[in-house]
Amino acid sequence: MSEQVSEVAPGPGPTRVVRFGAAALLVELADLAHVRRADDALRAARRHDELLALVEDQVPAAESVLVRVRPGTDLRAVAARVRAVLADASRADDAPDEGRVPGSAASDGPASAGVAPPGALVVLPVTYDGPDLAEVAELTGRTVEDVVARHTAVTYTVAFGGFMPGFAYLVGLDPVLHVPRRATPRERVPAGAVAVADRFAAVYPAATPGGWRLLGTCATVLFDVHRDEPALLTPGTPVRFEAR
Amino acid sequence: MSPAGGRRAALEVLDPGLLTLVQDRGRPGWAHVGVGRSGAADAGALRAANRRVGNDDDAAGLEVLLGGLRVRAVGDVRVSVGGAVVDVRVDGRPVGPDLLLRDGAELVLGRPERGLRTYVAVGGGVAVEPVLGSRASDRLGGLGPAPLAAGDVLPVGAPAGALSTDGTGTGGMATAGTGTPGARPHVRPDEGPVVLRVEPGPHAHWFDPRWPGVLCAPEGYGVLPESDRVAVRLDGPPLARARGFVGRELAPVGLVPGAVQVPPDGRPVVFGVDHPVTGGYPVVAVLHAGDVDVLAQVRPGDAVQLVLRLAL
Repeated sequence: MSEQVSEVAPGPGPTRVVRFGAAALLVELADLAHVRRADDALRAARRHDELLALVEDQVPAAESVLVRVRPGTDLRAVAARVRAVLADASRADDAPDEGRVPGSAASDGPASAGVAPPGALVVLPVTYDGPDLAEVAELTGRTVEDVVARHTAVTYTVAFGGFMPGFAYLVGLDPVLHVPRRATPRERVPAGAVAVADRFAAVYPAATPGGWRLLGTCATVLFDVHRDEPALLTPGTPVRFEAR
Repeated sequence: MSPAGGRRAALEVLDPGLLTLVQDRGRPGWAHVGVGRSGAADAGALRAANRRVGNDDDAAGLEVLLGGLRVRAVGDVRVSVGGAVVDVRVDGRPVGPDLLLRDGAELVLGRPERGLRTYVAVGGGVAVEPVLGSRASDRLGGLGPAPLAAGDVLPVGAPAGALSTDGTGTGGMATAGTGTPGARPHVRPDEGPVVLRVEPGPHAHWFDPRWPGVLCAPEGYGVLPESDRVAVRLDGPPLARARGFVGRELAPVGLVPGAVQVPPDGRPVVFGVDHPVTGGYPVVAVLHAGDVDVLAQVRPGDAVQLVLRLAL
């Protein structure tokens, strides 16, 4: 029933590019790794491609990238261009390393909203004083010290945002620390709470209800509308936590 | 001489009514960092009102829920009222939807008999401080101007043409304000359900192939009270999943206004302009672009009839 713009599979994995209403396409991908690559490639292409410059919003998620265009844009043409960009990215990935140009196309001056390449490594200092730290240690059968060591040992990547302005779902979490969210969410998680749930790590940019397990506190401002790039953690940005 | 007589014009809020928000075309470009687009729920109504006062389409106006707004002009302000049709009065006298509000005059909006949201465009636009390039009040993300409160003074921008040296100072396109009837209201003043046209959504295959017969049944759906700028929740026949998709979970996916999402209870939720940037349930259908404006005017208790129209 769903009108399919294309079911051609560029690169590995079941990629589908489908219409999502009159002014958006949904690019469905196999997994987060494919999302990351497709999202970077499309964002880079928007900086120089005239047709893709009509994209107004690009929203990566767990297994998809939503591409929202200016109303009235020819969706079929955009879908074809999207497929071409993904196919190129797929080929670049299969090529030897020296041939790769990761999402860092030449800068064309000041970028408009949403097309800036992923940022450089962000190091977030954390005070490990979270109310769930002991519980996470218990759930995982580790010591608190080991939980902190594992949380600070890896470099995470921002997979996608979505829950609230500036909130970033970080992947790369040590599988030992994959704990379920709390059965009953807290009515208020404070701003700066450093949290884990399932395969994700995150820092709450502002106070909100939330069900993730809280390991500590981070004073870094993650979202500020007065900055040129309001969110510190944009999709694709590498992140490390550092115990302080 | 400018309409404001050299002073910066403004609107002083005497009573915001139930809920009045500053809105414009929204805040595109930030969905990837969790900031939704927001903007006027009935974008067409705000656009039409803006054009009638000579504004460009980016100008901010007021979105008034169920009427009841009372404001006083500081300096002369050209005003156009659109969207849900209400009784418009200036200093107690009934007036048309397009008017020049003189310094000190009081504008009062009545309650619409049908529809939900009335728009007030002002020549020069409501000039509150923009946030990320927009003056839209995003109620889900908490960005942009707060809902209006009594005592607020809203600055009004320089009307188009005000800087011209022709001495008229009435604004570039102000002649449109002479007795032009209000924009065609989306919700017609007759009985019967509000028709919303849909096309199949990206996850239509998650549902029993007979879903169009359920979603678009002539009985229609009722609009639940838990409806707002984020979503309109519908009460009526539940949609069943297709074999193989029963109990399956969808990974979070980006959303658009008008997406018809179906949570586990099977009752459709139609997202509005303050929708979350991602959702966790399959999208069976999507409203036609123009019908997102119609959605903005349905009230709790209204009957809606969804109609499947394949996209061109």
